[in-house]
Amino acid sequence: MAEVLDIKPSTVPPLRAWLRPHRVVMIAVALGLVALAATTMRWDWIERYWPLALQGLWRTIWILAVTCTLGFLLAIPLGLAQAAGPRWLAVPARAFCTVIRGTPLLLQLWLLYFGLGSLFPQFPWIRESELWPYLRQAWPYAVLGLTLSFAGYEGEVMRGAFAGVPRGQLEAARAFGMRRRTVFRRIWLPQAIQRALPTLAGETVLQLKATPLVATITVIDIYAVAGRVRQDTFIVYEPLLLLALVYLMITGIIVFAFRRLESRIPSRLG
Amino acid sequence: MPEPAPIETLLSAFAQASLFELLAPSPPGWGGNLLRGLANSVQIALGAFGIGLVIGTAGAYGKLYGGPVIRDLMEVYTTVVRAVPELVLILLLYYAGTDLINRMLEAMGYPPVDISGLVAGIAVLGFVQGAYATEVIRGAILSIPQGQIEAARAYGMSPLLLLRRITLPAMLPFAIPGLANLWLIATKDTALLAVVGFNELTLATRQAAGTTKAYFTFFLAAGALYLLLTLFSNVIIGWIEKRARRGMPSVGGAN
Repeated sequence: MAEVLDIKPSTVPPLRAWLRPHRVVMIAVALGLVALAATTMRWDWIERYWPLALQGLWRTIWILAVTCTLGFLLAIPLGLAQAAGPRWLAVPARAFCTVIRGTPLLLQLWLLYFGLGSLFPQFPWIRESELWPYLRQAWPYAVLGLTLSFAGYEGEVMRGAFAGVPRGQLEAARAFGMRRRTVFRRIWLPQAIQRALPTLAGETVLQLKATPLVATITVIDIYAVAGRVRQDTFIVYEPLLLLALVYLMITGIIVFAFRRLESRIPSRLG
Repeated sequence: MPEPAPIETLLSAFAQASLFELLAPSPPGWGGNLLRGLANSVQIALGAFGIGLVIGTAGAYGKLYGGPVIRDLMEVYTTVVRAVPELVLILLLYYAGTDLINRMLEAMGYPPVDISGLVAGIAVLGFVQGAYATEVIRGAILSIPQGQIEAARAYGMSPLLLLRRITLPAMLPFAIPGLANLWLIATKDTALLAVVGFNELTLATRQAAGTTKAYFTFFLAAGALYLLLTLFSNVIIGWIEKRARRGMPSVGGAN
């Protein structure tokens, strides 16, 4: 709220400039369309399905957060191996990124779910292990597939980010007598992450757009709930429109959050 | 009961039928189905990419030179399409598009038509590609030295001639990296049409895998096909880029 109250006189004109007459008309038309949709389309199904939709929404957000975090953690060694690693590390890392980026995510998910899923039951020691109850569910495969995918794309970004940190910075740190691990922790990694941050927002949005694919391997996310509504009630457009709106809002939140994060981190690159 | 050693079980999964029998190009092998699926995928990707280029060029012109209303509409188009998952857009446009066309035909007194999956797939993916292409081409046009366009105007070129002779060739070197990326996205997005039941490579693979239970073999084979397509595209793209950039100083300075 503090931000809202903090409007200075100088910030008002841009809003007025933004709200030009044609925009007012367009917003009015858009609101009219929304009102038309609200009154003429069928929305009575929401009442019955909203608990399920909330669960699905939570699952979508949870999968997005977990896979982005894990994928990014995996992308750091992948990028480092490609940028500065010895050959026997750089070649496999590059091959991994090429394969992940060169094949559709849907295929990767199906390979993991149907392929691994059909292979595992043949091993008695896997069936008897404590992990088996999890391996019989779909979500571990979804998380694994999305994590690997994010790591593949972000690993390529991190390679450029690691390579882009000026040599002089690292040499100066070495000259200060820092050990290699300290150089990495204090100088190289922070600056590389800072360079990768602008692309990170875009990658996260792409990852959000990839999450509905997990519905094809029976994970009930928000997209799968919309599909369920369509199957149960034969209402086609309303759930899909609402779904598109939900994704738009999540995208907006992601973009906004990353913009806040970026403005907080001081950007003075040497 | 003696339990089979794990490695033998692993091998037996692959050895249910020999690899070559499964992937043979003619029935009972499934190789032919996979290749037909690949041909369908390439066809859709080419069509969608082409439509995306046309929409993208028009959209970039709208964003750069259009009136305020067109500019805002383009902004809404690119923002919404780039924020909503392709899968949702495909379903929405697939249902809404076919429904709308049939209603229009009905209103004009024609019998409803059954729109083929190929046409619908190309149209929907093209619409999605158009949003991304708009941004790429807009950025490329902005990278052209403004004097070149002004000079062409001063010569009295008509807008179309200007587009054909100056803007398109001059922006191409700047647009190619982004457009190449879009082409690779297009080839991979064709897999999404498997969800609406179009028989492209991914769905053909799943059918083959489901019938023979050799999931690993077929999904790996399809992955190899997609990867080959990507690597082959990269070679072509490198060749086109070299040609489009001829006479220009190299970027990166490594050469």
